[in-house]
Amino acid sequence: MNAHVILSAEDIRRAVRRIAHEIVERNRGLSAVALVGMHTRGVPLAQRLAQAIREFEGDSVPVGELDIGLYRDDIPSLELRSRLQRTEMPVDIDGWRIVLVDDVLYTGRSIRAAMDALTDFGRPASIQLAVLVDRGHRELPIRPDYVGKNIPTALQEQVEVLLEEVDGLDEVRITRTEGEV
Amino acid sequence: MTQEKLASPADQPAVDRAATWTRRHLLDVDDFTTAELDTVMDTTDAMKEVMGRDVPRVPALRGKTIVTLFYEASTRTRASFELAGKALGADVINISAGGSSIEKGESLIDTVRTLQAVGADLLVMRHSASGAPYLVARHLKAAVINAGDGWHAHPTQALLDLYTIRAHLGEVRGRRIVIVGDIAHSRVARSNIWALSTMGAEVIVCAPPTLLPAGLRPSSADHGPGPEGDATEPLAMPPVHVDANLDRAVEGADVVMTLRLQKERMQGGLLPSVREYATLYQLNEERMSRAGTGALVMHPGPMNEGIEISPALVSSLQSVIEEQVTNGVAVRMAVLYLLARGGK
Repeated sequence: MNAHVILSAEDIRRAVRRIAHEIVERNRGLSAVALVGMHTRGVPLAQRLAQAIREFEGDSVPVGELDIGLYRDDIPSLELRSRLQRTEMPVDIDGWRIVLVDDVLYTGRSIRAAMDALTDFGRPASIQLAVLVDRGHRELPIRPDYVGKNIPTALQEQVEVLLEEVDGLDEVRITRTEGEV
Repeated sequence: MTQEKLASPADQPAVDRAATWTRRHLLDVDDFTTAELDTVMDTTDAMKEVMGRDVPRVPALRGKTIVTLFYEASTRTRASFELAGKALGADVINISAGGSSIEKGESLIDTVRTLQAVGADLLVMRHSASGAPYLVARHLKAAVINAGDGWHAHPTQALLDLYTIRAHLGEVRGRRIVIVGDIAHSRVARSNIWALSTMGAEVIVCAPPTLLPAGLRPSSADHGPGPEGDATEPLAMPPVHVDANLDRAVEGADVVMTLRLQKERMQGGLLPSVREYATLYQLNEERMSRAGTGALVMHPGPMNEGIEISPALVSSLQSVIEEQVTNGVAVRMAVLYLLARGGK
């Protein structure tokens, strides 16, 4: 297995700040905008976006967190984490513009599950999607509104996002598993 | 009695607690590790969030069929399993001994095989014979959940009690927890003793000697079974303190859990009279004043108010009895979710 770094800590910092600007720009301000981070690494990303927005605009944006474990359409095997984490909506989401935040966009199935979960909480005015990395290979008609970096990948490659809050460092790597080609 | 496992927790990375969930069945909590108990507690937290929504329903178990098979009466256990299953999007079928083919003499194994043949993925069962769910688990591909078997075990009650205690007191380790009442005939007491001991609580059981299980009666209290127990000993228990005097037992307690006095025990001559039992063992406000400040009053239900617990205490601020019932739904959702997902 060989890994190489696609985004450094500095690249991640810049991408987060750019996405934060784009969120403010696209929503023409921040009224009724809330960020919802998807566990695990979408949560610290959402917090960083909120922090960046606070720095530029002086306004704070509500931040929620969402575990999609109860909405998956695939039964995860034993190796997959089935531990459910906190779900908390910062506001009654009816009429709010919700920006879902995740680390990697791949098949789109997690996002589908997250949208199902959000609609169980209410009827947002809109749902937007921010991801740090879009690696392609969609299986559902889902596209992101804000992308840190598009990384074309092969199916046998893995994109690994490491964040300070969870992993102790900021880095995005791509690894290729040998022998599966 | 050891439950079937797909792999031992030692094979899993220690960092990920849910990865330690390899159980196919929930038969008792006597062989649960602290990590497994933590997994159930964490999952219950997530289920509490679902229960707090306007529409408490998620599609996690969509397409799964849960059968509740009760050979004994039940209100809260059965209702909460049914609610739990429905909140997770499963189909729930309830079968009672009365009104089913069991009345025509169908054996337990034939009944559960039939239920499996019609597509049951999870079987929740209560039976008056200790060990009945173990027998069923050996004959079934479906996940078996013990909702009470004889005097032996009632694991989901112990899990919801643990959850309720943690919700109020945080850490359970080192807490002084008194269980008072008919310990000998109580599956609730037994499962609670296991779960609480595993989490490091100091458990004190309080009962007249006739209502203590054989291993805990004063004469043999010093050489009761050790923490590992003898697997063939049906009523093996971890070490607990025994005190026949309730006033002394509740001194400084963090939790006092009282059990229903099963009136049918009276016929066996185990107690001189209900009135005497109430005098010596009723949990009331005066006795609770000896416990630690903020100590919790718990009862698994159904209650005989005025016998094992005073009506005033039931509705006091210290009482978390209703909360136990509410938490029962979330804990059972967690168990159904973990078994339906982990058992594949």
